[in-house]
Order: sequence, then structure tokens, then C-alpha cells
Amino acid sequence: MANRSVVPFGPQHPVLPEPIHLDLVMEDETVIEAVPSIGYVHRGLESLVKKKDFNEMVYVTERICGICSFMHGMGYCSAVEKIMNVEVPRRADYLRTIWSEMSRLHSHLLWLGLLADAFGFEALFMQSWRLREKILDMFEISTGGRVIFSVNKIGGVLKDMPKDMLKSFVAILNDMEKELSETTSVFLNEYTVRSRLEGVGIITKEDAIRRGAVGPMMRASGIEVDMRKTGYAAYSDLDFEVITSDKCDSLARCQVRIGELFQSIAIIRQAVDKIPEGEISVPVKGNPDGECFMRLEQPRGEAFYYVRANGTKFLDRMRVRTPTFANIPAMLQTLQGAQFADVPLLILTIDPCISCTER
Amino acid sequence: MAQFMSFTKTVLKNLISKPATTSYPEVPKEYPQRTRGHVEISIEDCILCGLCMRSCPPGAIHVDREAKKWSIARFDCIQCGYCVEKCPKKCLSIVPGYTKPDSSKHTETIKKEEALPK
Amino acid sequence: MEDIGNNVIKIEQVELLPVIMEKKNDDWRLAQICCAFRDGHYEVSYSFAKGYELTNYRLIVGKDETVASISRVYKSAILYENEMRELFGLGVEHIKVDYHDKLYRIDAETPFMEKEGE
Repeated sequence: MANRSVVPFGPQHPVLPEPIHLDLVMEDETVIEAVPSIGYVHRGLESLVKKKDFNEMVYVTERICGICSFMHGMGYCSAVEKIMNVEVPRRADYLRTIWSEMSRLHSHLLWLGLLADAFGFEALFMQSWRLREKILDMFEISTGGRVIFSVNKIGGVLKDMPKDMLKSFVAILNDMEKELSETTSVFLNEYTVRSRLEGVGIITKEDAIRRGAVGPMMRASGIEVDMRKTGYAAYSDLDFEVITSDKCDSLARCQVRIGELFQSIAIIRQAVDKIPEGEISVPVKGNPDGECFMRLEQPRGEAFYYVRANGTKFLDRMRVRTPTFANIPAMLQTLQGAQFADVPLLILTIDPCISCTER
Repeated sequence: MAQFMSFTKTVLKNLISKPATTSYPEVPKEYPQRTRGHVEISIEDCILCGLCMRSCPPGAIHVDREAKKWSIARFDCIQCGYCVEKCPKKCLSIVPGYTKPDSSKHTETIKKEEALPK
Repeated sequence: MEDIGNNVIKIEQVELLPVIMEKKNDDWRLAQICCAFRDGHYEVSYSFAKGYELTNYRLIVGKDETVASISRVYKSAILYENEMRELFGLGVEHIKVDYHDKLYRIDAETPFMEKEGE
């Protein structure tokens, strides 16, 4: 038996901006086992429910993560609205859908850039992030923030998007679609990229279920589950297919996410066509009492919100199970038996968000 | 041929097109109208009710009814806009322009001059 | 077993493992395990998903009681169970991979529990 050694990976690592911390048990260049430890950026946001009332918690949940901040706020608001039996105006539902899809575009483009960076293709990284910048600008125009949007409130949204703004956004997205197909074709076709991704980090369909993988990770293993199909917000009115792949490797995950980029643009177009006129929020009175489980499809996968209220303005418990937390067991499996040089890439293919995971 | 040289087109395009970045700070950044930069108060309309102080998530706002003072710790403010939404008189607004970096945290205090409406 | 509304089914300790095995054999995936502390007891919620379906099981555990680990059936439960123990101090017996309070490398012990005198 060869000598075993333990190599610490992270929390600070040149390849990953995310502070993930793993201890890799190595045998020569092969990983035998990966032991995760989290807590480097643990802030205990969930326990703030005892100090902030349920309205202020909207702003706290948004700050769980810088990428899916809109969806965290939305998930929490939807859960509280469900407990309080508040019917959100249809226009607010559509606005939330449009912002969610913009978040997905922004998150997947960010991920494509980081992936390119991880296998050393700096120019491709910059191309992806150049496109992402346009989405961030659209966010700033419509919400006033580039990362934290603060447009959700219990009972609807705070800001409306006028017709001209929506039209200009669709025009930007139409232009972007062309550039996007050029950039993404490099990911899918270029020989150098494929040689790093193809056949690496395989998770079979059975493993994906057993390890509880979610989101693109699960869909790349041939499981057709997308929480948007449960019809929250305005998704029940919109037409879209769940994108899956049955190749189960890193390239398949890349393909699924690229497919979702174009799908998001199509969904935004549909939503802009169908958005009804009307109010954007309803007044909410009283305090929530009861409990609710809420599931959303975030860019990284299914996010799980649990809110337990007791009739006072402070909640008993608010729990967020973020997609990365669910994907870690699957990631640990791909790492077993992997080459050391592939480790950063394999960690990246789950699109990790450690701030989400540690909350 | 898609397998090789698929990035060449992008490279050539970049070679002849203008840069995607701007030369900040020579060219100042123009913020959209909705940018949440900092909170401003029109103190004439303020009734010093203290609702903004009680609803501020990070507790950055302080209202002193006795001394007729409204103060905000700029570096604690998270620009969420909850105070703007809560204000009954709509005298708070959130406008573009970020707080300038500083070497120490300071609090900005605005004094209300006239008497409180009876 | 008792349906207590909101898609939650209340179960007893002895029913836990049979329920988990049933779900496992039917190819359900473990969506999450959540722990909450209220009125002097723990509430542990196990959520299972299959396709778009979701079922939740609720276990009430006394403050000094322990709960059996399901990590030998669902490997992904390892993280949730370690998390429960480290944040809430709920005793979980025989976790397959026991991190010994090292999953969250933080100073505070059971930070999500209200300490006495606070």
C-alpha cells in the first residue's frame, strides 16, 4: 500500500473564490477520501429570527448569498405568504419570475466563467463575465442594486418595471443570445475544453437519488425534476421543457446549464408578453401563525425553506436548505478516486456556494 | 472544424472592437435613477415618529425626539430601503451616490429646527 | 402515525426506521432534515421527495433524549445529522461518519439554542 497523506484544500485556494474547506486523503495523486468541514463563513443567519421581526428577516435572508439573493428573499416571502394566506397580485408574480430568470442567467454565466478559469482558459472566463455584466446592469436599472436587490416584501414586490424598461431588457437579451451562442459553443465543442470535462466526475442516476443531489447536478444524471414545474410564481402560465442529459459527467452538467441559459431568455420573453397590468403588492396585516415548507428552483438547484411561526412578530424557526448543502454528498462521491488535478474542476461542477451552505 | 479554433472568431472580433470596460475614474460612472446609494431625509416633513429607527434591520438610524435630532450611521446602513417604505410622511428617500470610504465610522446627525407640530 | 396538516405526518421514535426503509425502497430522495427547538422539546422534520411529490415526517424529541441516525440508510443524512448535533446539541446515535463537532469549525457550542439567563 502506498503512503497516505492528507492535503488540506481551502478555505483559501487560488482556483476557487469560494471558501470551501476539504481535507483530501491522498494516495500518490489519487484522492481516496474527502472530508468536508464547513463553518469558515458561518454567520448564524437562521438564528437571527429571534432578534429581527418577520418583515426585517426578508432583508436578512437576501443576504444569505450574493448570487441567488433575489430567490432567497422570494422563497422566504412565499413561505410567509403561504402561512398568512396572502394572495400576491399576479403582476408581482410575473415580476418575481422575470427577476428569478435574470438571476439564473447571471448565476450560470458566473459559473461558466469560473469553470473556464478553473481549467485555465482566462479569455473565455472574461467573455462569460462580460455578458454577465449586462445582466447586472439590468438589475441595477430595475431594482437599484447589482447584487442585493431588496425588492421583495411580504405581500408582493416593492418596485415595478414599466413597459419601456421590459422592452429594452428583451432587446438586450435578444442581442445577448447571439453572443451567448458563440461563447457557449466554445464550451461544448472546443477540443481542449472537452478533454477536461468529458467522462470526468460521473454520477449515475441511482447515485444522484441516493446522495440527494438537486438541480442541474440531478438533471445531468437524467432525472427530470425542476421545481419550476410545480408552478410557483408565474411559472404555471409559462411554457418550458425541463432540460436533462443522460451522460452523467461534467460536460453534461455544463450542457444542462448552457441549455438553461437560453431557456431563461425564452421564459423572460414569454413573461414580458404575458405580464398583466395591476397592483404589485397587497397590504399584510397581523402576524403569521403556523408552518410551511416551500421549495424553489434556484440556479444551483432546489432550495428548501421552512418557516415556523407562533403568532408573534418573531418566528420560531427559519431554515434554509440550500442546493449546495444537498449537493455536497454527491460531490464527495465524485472526488473519490479522482486525480488531484481534477479536484478544483469537480468541486466547481456542482456550482458550490459556500456562503449559502454555511449561512 | 468546430472542435478546433472555435474561439478564433471571438478573438478576432475583440481585436478590432472597443473595450468592454470604461476608464474609471477618469470617466465617472453614471448610476441609474433607481440605484440605492444612500438614504436622504427632508427634515422639514419629518415628524420624528421613530418608525424608521424601530424598523431599521441593522439599527443604523437613531431618532431623538427630545433633542429633535435624526441621525444615521452611514457605515451601518445596508441600503435596504425598509425605512423609506415604512416612513408615514414619505420624507425619507434613497438616492444614488455611495457613501465615501473613510478611515473611521461616523454618524451623520440632522437637527430639526422648527417646533414639532402640535 | 398521525397527519397533523401542512403535509406533515407525526411519527414516534420506534416508527422512524421502518418509515425510512419504506421510503428508501420506494426510491424517494432525502430532501432535508430540519431541527427546531420550541416549548422545551426538539422537533425534527424529515422531508422526502420523489419527482414533484413531497412528504414530511415529524419526530418530537425531548430535551435530553436522543434520536437514531438514518445515515446508514441515506448517506446524505450524515451532513444534516452532524449539523443538528452541532447547532442544536441534539444527540444523534451512531452517525455513520461522525465529525465530532468539526463540521462547523466554530467557537460557540450549540449556537442555535437559547442559553439560560439570556
